[in-house]
Amino acid sequence: MNAHVQSQAFAAAHEDGIAPGEVLLSVNNVSLSFGGVKAITDISFDIRKGEIRAIIGPNGAGKTSMLNVINGFYTPQQGTILFRGVERRAMKPHHAVRQGIARTFQNVALFKGMSTLDNIMAGRSTLMKRNIGWQMLWHGPALAEEIEHRKVVEEIIDFLEIQHIRRTPVGRLPYGLQKRVELGRALAMEPSLLLLDEPMAGMNLEEKEDMSRFILDVNQQRGTTIALIEHDMGVVMDLSDRVVVLDYGKKIADGTPDEVKNNQAVIDAYLGVPH
Amino acid sequence: MTQDAATLDTFPKYLLHNAERFGNRPAMRLKDFGIWQTWTWREQLEEVRAFALGLQSLGVGHGTKVAVIGANRPRLYWAIAALQSLRAIPVPVYADAVAEEMAYVLNHAGVVMAVVQDQEQVDKVLSFSDQIPALKTLIYDEPRGLANYDHTNLKSFAELQDVGRALMRSDANAAKRWEEGVRAAEGGDISIMLYTSGTTGRSKGVMIQSGPGVKATRDTVEFDGLTEKDSVLAYLPLAWVGDHYLNYAQGYVSGFCVNCPESQDTVAQDLREIAPTFYFAPPRVFESLLTAVTIRMEDASRFKKWLFARFIAHARRHGEAILERRPVPLAARLLYWLGDILIYGPLKNVLGMSNIRVAYTAGEAIGEDLFSFFRSLGINLKQLYGQTEAFLYVTVQANGHVRADAVGPAAPNVDIRISESGEVLFKSPGMFAGYYLDDEMTKEVLTPDGYVMTGDAGFFDKDGQLRIIDRAKDVGRLKNGALFAPKYIENMLKFYPNIKEVVAFGDGRDFCAAFINIDLTAVGDWAERNNISYASYQELAAHPLVYEMIGRHVDEANLKLSREPVMAGAQVRRFLILHKELDADDGELTRTQKVRRRFIAERYHELIEALYDGSTEKYVETEVTYEDGRKGRIRGTLRIVDARIYDAPVETLHREAAE
Repeated sequence: MNAHVQSQAFAAAHEDGIAPGEVLLSVNNVSLSFGGVKAITDISFDIRKGEIRAIIGPNGAGKTSMLNVINGFYTPQQGTILFRGVERRAMKPHHAVRQGIARTFQNVALFKGMSTLDNIMAGRSTLMKRNIGWQMLWHGPALAEEIEHRKVVEEIIDFLEIQHIRRTPVGRLPYGLQKRVELGRALAMEPSLLLLDEPMAGMNLEEKEDMSRFILDVNQQRGTTIALIEHDMGVVMDLSDRVVVLDYGKKIADGTPDEVKNNQAVIDAYLGVPH
Repeated sequence: MTQDAATLDTFPKYLLHNAERFGNRPAMRLKDFGIWQTWTWREQLEEVRAFALGLQSLGVGHGTKVAVIGANRPRLYWAIAALQSLRAIPVPVYADAVAEEMAYVLNHAGVVMAVVQDQEQVDKVLSFSDQIPALKTLIYDEPRGLANYDHTNLKSFAELQDVGRALMRSDANAAKRWEEGVRAAEGGDISIMLYTSGTTGRSKGVMIQSGPGVKATRDTVEFDGLTEKDSVLAYLPLAWVGDHYLNYAQGYVSGFCVNCPESQDTVAQDLREIAPTFYFAPPRVFESLLTAVTIRMEDASRFKKWLFARFIAHARRHGEAILERRPVPLAARLLYWLGDILIYGPLKNVLGMSNIRVAYTAGEAIGEDLFSFFRSLGINLKQLYGQTEAFLYVTVQANGHVRADAVGPAAPNVDIRISESGEVLFKSPGMFAGYYLDDEMTKEVLTPDGYVMTGDAGFFDKDGQLRIIDRAKDVGRLKNGALFAPKYIENMLKFYPNIKEVVAFGDGRDFCAAFINIDLTAVGDWAERNNISYASYQELAAHPLVYEMIGRHVDEANLKLSREPVMAGAQVRRFLILHKELDADDGELTRTQKVRRRFIAERYHELIEALYDGSTEKYVETEVTYEDGRKGRIRGTLRIVDARIYDAPVETLHREAAE
């Protein structure tokens, strides 16, 4: 008889030896410029293990650049980044993935012609141990490994409630579901730090509520640390533990949602000040 | 059968029996994590037993009422069996009921415990738990999201099963005692309490006794020849008598396999994978399937379209005859065989209907065209008529004696009678034992000699099949005494795609007349193809060509009515096309899109008078409410048109079934 699979509330996040509440990643005096344009100027903040950390700011404030610095896509000209207490050297994004950092994008970046299942399986590729030769043979150990990965992916599909689109090419899905698939692919990497770039952009209220629920569940059930950029202030204030506010590449505030909400510099940045 | 049928008078007895006779056959499947998980009858027995012993440790026993709330999940079906095995009373509740409704049912039933599916249901029940002090314990199936809840009165299904299993380990006789309890139970117990959906007033708790329930089930299982080799997909609401009867009751009695879909959204895919042999769906499901097929064929290549049209036309001509084993010319048979390879087979495969032996539809009238489309493909689709009070079956069509406009003769061992007023009355083996805590209501629906009043008006046709025409309270008479059943006439007209809504009048009048709403999509599409420009619904509705087209439909409907002796008196003599669509925002329809007759009669009384005073047009002004709540007025002059009336003798009802 077949063994009945039981949900193990799927595998916990990367074990990284850092206790909850301790600093997982810290950004120290980082500056980044493209030619003469200064995208980020002397920014410092940290992300603690187990928290949901929001990065907000008006358009062009440098939020996405900050995320790109964190996951190694950009290398800052000045300043240091410590991840799990180790200083980061110049590196490629896939190194960041191996270290346990995964992300989603502002504009959905999925493989449009591939099914939901294949897209999420793609998230497992850095965790596959067999080389391409084995994968092509797709037999013996490679098959066994694939089955293991598939189990994890099925748990993610179950978790995100996207069973009905398992076999649908993602290009045919509505935007809200594509965003969910993208989150699924990031989760498949079993990250200890998950970066979400505007996870709710372009969603309707119901989709936003669903997404918020999933983000909270990921955070609480898996213990995954999350850093997110979001424009919907309601969502940010409800979800996040701490918020860092950027404006014109500078940090203007950092604290709990309530502190940030009442900060004069933040109010000025969002509403504008008379000149 | 190895055991005498008389000793098997409860469903848990069948569970023990099936574990013996079909031990290694699948009893339940659930698609989980992308894979169909199977439980055999023996394993199902083990699951039910473990849960039952867990429940017993919480004090559940004879007569304890326990709610079961959620989707079609194996554990919820097991909960029902486990409760029955302890002679407790399961009370399934519609999972999508709003909190207030659910609170009413839980309170009325006096449940002390609820077995629910997931966090959503836990939250819902907790939200009104202060209103139901009797409710002590909640048991949930899926633990997700519940980790941080206060677990003093909240337990997981698995946890309770563990308690049960531990009991069996520590006490070797625990399992045996449980089994003895099951065997000692008798058919007089209430096996389930099903709450009616409550479209008319508060929902009522229909009590079904296990003995009669099993008996009725055995009759229908035999009628359709269901065996342990059959399979069904359980996707209907758990709290509905249809699901409980067709899947749970018939599953236990015949031993077939119940398959639970992965989620509500995957039903179509799961259906394709399972390809059940027994299937039930309300007419609108078949309608949406046909629409989906039609739309997909629109996108097909020209050759495929031609092929499809060619073979479907052939199937429509001979398919039903082949299904019913009537004589068909050899050439037609060969072409049908070819069509089966090229079109019908693949189409049925896509719909998940390749293996269907018996399929039923019920609940509302089904269009002749729609009905025969599925039958012509070789799907044995039949109709039944049933009620919660009957434990489903009242009438059922036998293989080979199937029609779209009737619901069949009385089901096995059911006795049907038509009352003086034309109402359908029945007495059946599975008949309910009464409404819970509502003797008055029970008395109201029972005749002195023990027949149940269905509230539906109907009559027996020449070949002995029952035809339901309308709710009994809506049926009236014309001045000349001819029967007037508004819904029957309306449905007949509504089967034309161009007609969206109809309101028929005639009770106490000289003749029957009707308001008609055109279907903007269908008629708009027609207008586009015929180069008719229009700016609004009102303009299109008033177009002479539209009137002509609708007039033809009314003529045809009248012709059909004239062929039916009982109905011929109420042909539509005059009609008008309304200047606005009937809308729930204006109170003309209910939120479930049903016509509110009385309200419309009041609101448009001028138009009704115009229908009967012989005028050919009438000026009206009507207030409308827009979606954003603003109000406006629509005014215009409506034409009133005479339709052709066909001669036919007016006969009286057949009161007895012609058997």
